[in-house]
Amino acid sequence: MLTLDRSDDFQLCRIEYIRAPEHAPEWRDWLQELGFIPGEKVMLMARAQPGGDPLVVRVGSSTFALRCAEAACIEVTRLDEATVAA
Amino acid sequence: MNACHDSTCRGHAPSAVVHVHRGGPLVALVGNPNCGKTALFNVLTGSRQKVANYAGVTVERKEGRYLTAAGKTLRVLDLPGTYSLNPRSPDEQVTVDVLMGRARGEKRPDRVICVVDATNLRRNLRLVLAVKRLGVPCVVALNMTDLAARRGIHVDVDKLSRELGVPVVKTVAVRKDGAAALRALLDAPAETPHADAVHTPAPESGPPVTVEADHDTVHRILVSLGLDVHAPHTLSDRIDRVVLHPVIGMALLMMVLFLMFQAVFAWAAAPMGWIESATTLVADAVTAALPHGWVRSLIVDGVIAGAGGVLVFLPQILILFFFILVLEESGYLPRAAFMLDRLMGSVGLSGRSFIPLLSCFACAIPGIMAARTIASPRDRLVTIMIAPLMTCSARLPVYALLIGAFIPRRDVAGVFELQGLVLFALYIAGVASAMGIAWLAKRFTTRGLPRPLMMELPTYHWPTLRNVAIGLWQRASIFLRRVGGIILGLTIVMWFLASFPAPPAGATGPAIEYSLAGTLGRSLATIFEPIGFNWEISIALVPGMAAREVAVSALGTVYALSASGDDTARALTPLIAHSWSLATALSLLTWFVFAPQCLSTLATVKRETGGWKMPLVMAGYLFGLAWLACFIVYRLAVAAGWG
Repeated sequence: MLTLDRSDDFQLCRIEYIRAPEHAPEWRDWLQELGFIPGEKVMLMARAQPGGDPLVVRVGSSTFALRCAEAACIEVTRLDEATVAA
Repeated sequence: MNACHDSTCRGHAPSAVVHVHRGGPLVALVGNPNCGKTALFNVLTGSRQKVANYAGVTVERKEGRYLTAAGKTLRVLDLPGTYSLNPRSPDEQVTVDVLMGRARGEKRPDRVICVVDATNLRRNLRLVLAVKRLGVPCVVALNMTDLAARRGIHVDVDKLSRELGVPVVKTVAVRKDGAAALRALLDAPAETPHADAVHTPAPESGPPVTVEADHDTVHRILVSLGLDVHAPHTLSDRIDRVVLHPVIGMALLMMVLFLMFQAVFAWAAAPMGWIESATTLVADAVTAALPHGWVRSLIVDGVIAGAGGVLVFLPQILILFFFILVLEESGYLPRAAFMLDRLMGSVGLSGRSFIPLLSCFACAIPGIMAARTIASPRDRLVTIMIAPLMTCSARLPVYALLIGAFIPRRDVAGVFELQGLVLFALYIAGVASAMGIAWLAKRFTTRGLPRPLMMELPTYHWPTLRNVAIGLWQRASIFLRRVGGIILGLTIVMWFLASFPAPPAGATGPAIEYSLAGTLGRSLATIFEPIGFNWEISIALVPGMAAREVAVSALGTVYALSASGDDTARALTPLIAHSWSLATALSLLTWFVFAPQCLSTLATVKRETGGWKMPLVMAGYLFGLAWLACFIVYRLAVAAGWG
């Protein structure tokens, strides 16, 4: 399944599931408390260069910096009709 | 699910804690980070604020006093910002403990003001639901309603109040009269929330409420208010496209950092000069007014010199914090941290550590105080511990003296100058050892696991003069009251060591040779002998503890020179060039890369970490590292024939 860290820039997506890694199960709650909740819309806004980590992510009307490992917990599907042009 | 396993975070035992404002009902401000909570606190309480730490933890506690129109005096507590009542940092733990009424030495609030960012109700209202379930009387301050209106978000306050079952008022914390509705509400008697409005079961009964359930409740409220749309924040996005750009953004960041660094050095130079002249003026006046004796010496060389030595840091602290507060208020600081995260991540720190460490090139004291902007306690501690390895400006006089005396002026490879290269190498040696220590800390404290970032990038705001001014005033008063007291005390102790016992009648050497400091220096010489320091250097290092640059004038004293300040260095240069070997000079230069003997830094670390443990650990490891590095340098230099 597509995860947020591998999504295209400015591709509007819907959150399907939050899957925390085994070594950090608390990340699921933490991400949800920030607003990364299934059903919410997210978009990858930018990647730090060089290296592409961390990421800038929009969820609802908030913006967060997430490391790739954190964004990889967020499973998403593309919302094709509403692709926002860069 | 508890991020804080430390027992000190949630002690139940009653203990003596200083209550800054006794009596009066307690009102606590709660809200998400970046919701304008502190700005609202500043509007309500103005300058009537007291900053301290919560009992047993190094989390900043801000309490203010507010007099209502009806004449009631309220104590207002600005609780650390949190996204939920499920804490993940010591700061958030404090908020939860206070709200639950189990924080050590804290009264449970009589009323809670939930501060809500009107432009981001979806995330902010979940916290309101959680606070309401605690059963504490609460009101909602719908903040930033001016920004929301500009984005086309118009909230029906009465309807929201009915849906939530708690009073709701609009506030604009950046305007002086923006809290009028809240002020009126605070005069009304507090009422416990009605349970009927929203289905919010108490935490004791039934299963715990999930984030998803609260999210659904908020969603339903927003739909009923016609607010279930995402307003795009186009201006912030447009700024971010420049600020976060890999090339333009990085160039901008470098410019900001350069300006800040330049300002701390250049702008502070003049006021620091005034403070030094004023200190000299006062000292001269007192010297003229008092008869010769130990009382005069204590007042002039102990108290006045000590107070001057504390005050002289104030300009740098104010300028640095002016920049940091403006960058933080505007929303740029987390972006800077984002840009630098990868760079700092290579040694196990986050981008947040960069600005405090950069500040340490001016002086470690403001740098260590700036480490407050780092959210993670582990990163903050590591940043504080490596801060003294950044070459502070106080080491420059020592470097200048030694390089001038021992390193010949000649060109290297046609473009470089040897003296400049050595100075550069000393700066690099400091940075490299700091990175080494941070890397070691990463190996031993994080077990290779990725540490979370999850940092909000708030929308950009113009910083308000009031908030910056209050912030500066707080930093200045913390420095002068808490740190200043320790530095002044230690300086007086140093004066005592350097002045007693007085030289015997007919003594020929300088007074310091006969004093306790002199005796201490001679006994230290046995420790320092293997790294090439003679007893004169060892003695000079003792008063050098009060401030690093004092080592130069102390050397002058030991070599019995009557000149002062800059003249000492000029007169000393030929003297030490003849009496020390190059190996000794290189060793002493290496010593000052680590310079484990700055008492002001250790006093600041004590204040910032809330105990003597960390300053002792720091002094220990810096001393060990300095000795080891000096030993290697000295032995290599001797082997190379420079002994």
